[in-house]
Amino acid sequence: MENSFIIQIDHLTKRFPVGKGYFTALKDISLSFGRGEFAGLVGPSGSGKTTMLNIMGSLDSPSQGTARVMGQSVSELSHKDSARLRNRHIGFIFQTFNLLPVYTVFDNVEFALLLQKIPSARRKKMVMDALEWVGLTDKAHSRPNMLSGGESQRVAIARAIVKKPEILLADEPTANLDAENSHHILRTMQKLNEQLKTTFLFATHDEKVMQYLKRKISLRDGRVEKDEVAETINL
Amino acid sequence: MLALKLAFKNLMGAGLRTWLNVGVLSFAFVVIIFYNGMIDGWNRQARHDTRGWEVGAGQLWHPEYDRYDPFSFEEAHAELSPDMQPLIKRDVLVPVLLEQATMYPQGRMQGVVLKGIRADQKLLKLPTGALKSKDDGVLIGKRMARSARLQTGDRLLVRWRDKNGTFDAREFTIARIFDSNVPTIDNGQIWLSLERLQEMTGKVNEATYLVASDAYEPTDKGIWEFKDLDYLLADLDAIIQSKKGGGMIGYILLLIIALLAIFDTQVLSVFRRQREIGTYIALGMTRWQVVKIFTVEGSAHSILAALLATVYGIPLFLYLDHTGLSFSMAENTDITIADTIYPYYSLGLIVSTVVLVVVSATVVSYLPARKITKMKPTDALKGKLQ
Repeated sequence: MENSFIIQIDHLTKRFPVGKGYFTALKDISLSFGRGEFAGLVGPSGSGKTTMLNIMGSLDSPSQGTARVMGQSVSELSHKDSARLRNRHIGFIFQTFNLLPVYTVFDNVEFALLLQKIPSARRKKMVMDALEWVGLTDKAHSRPNMLSGGESQRVAIARAIVKKPEILLADEPTANLDAENSHHILRTMQKLNEQLKTTFLFATHDEKVMQYLKRKISLRDGRVEKDEVAETINL
Repeated sequence: MLALKLAFKNLMGAGLRTWLNVGVLSFAFVVIIFYNGMIDGWNRQARHDTRGWEVGAGQLWHPEYDRYDPFSFEEAHAELSPDMQPLIKRDVLVPVLLEQATMYPQGRMQGVVLKGIRADQKLLKLPTGALKSKDDGVLIGKRMARSARLQTGDRLLVRWRDKNGTFDAREFTIARIFDSNVPTIDNGQIWLSLERLQEMTGKVNEATYLVASDAYEPTDKGIWEFKDLDYLLADLDAIIQSKKGGGMIGYILLLIIALLAIFDTQVLSVFRRQREIGTYIALGMTRWQVVKIFTVEGSAHSILAALLATVYGIPLFLYLDHTGLSFSMAENTDITIADTIYPYYSLGLIVSTVVLVVVSATVVSYLPARKITKMKPTDALKGKLQ
């Protein structure tokens, strides 16, 4: 990489077709994130947080400008390269957990490793380590429908971190959780950020999440309103 | 391998829906194999019986002979050459002489064909040995006996034209009624000693055709034309093929129902599992890999169906193989069919059925799964209708 930034956004604009016209979700955004950041895109609904996260996760591409992730421009990646980037370097955590319902907790966490064709014995160890980080080793053989919301989100975190990605993108990770579970989850993420040096990027409008962020980027109507480093953070 | 593993996990997770599809598809498997097994069994039996009772390993025909035109019999006869005699003695060739005639069973009149055959032949299954017991003995088949209301020992008046074209008549005794599955040697036919028919018609040392054994090697036999089994069994093959075609409609309908169920399940899956599809892509799968999972998932129905079909199909097939299936009503038809048919399940039949069902299931699974390639992963993750 040409510099220490793991993600570099340069004059990014994203438009979506609406009827005969376009809706501009992101307008001329330039941002960059370094390794090990614990940052969040904050703002009200419709401000462009999720769109930004999707582009950084190579699930979508910019209409204008560039988004470079791990040194690769997402708009220039083929489907295959884009999938490889997500599989090797990016972990996702969703508001609705998105666990695969017919798989056990173990299978869900193992999934990304199967795609990387990691040998079975090593895979098993990595899955159990990930479940240990989130405190769910006893639930390894449970199915998602047997878990509480907090447990489900912890499984999603384990699934995201099991492959030790450089970047972890979390879209409203606490939206479906109560306060206690939210704090538990956030403390877990904070610990992982410190131990694994994974870059955590959140899209959130939850005050609880904001307390934990080291860097807060406020979006409003698709523009960066503020980009500030938190003075004190919740531990 | 990954696609297969994931597909089976998803299928098992889908529960009853999977088993309903698998059940219908397995039934299609069993019906296809059963029906084709019956047809193949019938085919083998009919060919075997026709060979054994009528055509042997082929026939040498007089060039004027037309088996569908009794009027051709008058001209269709020729002397048996000296080089044929050793083969006739060894039963490698069995000469048959035909003559049109009329019989008068109990005062009624019925057109028949007189067939002369050597009483000591062993090539065909016809019980010609019975012709030796009585000077005026003849053989008829069970169908002929039933239609003419004749029994063993009955006397039967037969009229024919001699070599001068004048009518001649004689009384015969039914020496034996034979039971054969081959109607073409039975209905409207009276079998008698070759020497007697030659004497009656003045066609000494002559025949209309000769039946050949497996030991016969077709060589130039003068005017006699060799007809092989493909030619002689062409009618039988045509009947069996038409039955096969008719049966296909039934099992293709069944297969279509099963495939529609899979197609429907796939459409529903792609529609209902959009968030799951989005998650697969977010976790690092390409869209084509996801298409592969869904396609394998659909076609895995057919693999499970094949396994289920083995569970109840094998005992059923073994039972039918042991007991056969009764076709006693077929006795009154002109089709060569045994009273009991024993199905024949060849490896080719089973493999081709499995391939047919698996390929069809894969195609109908792939068609709806293709939609995934057009999905936007961001919308799929939200479960947004696309």
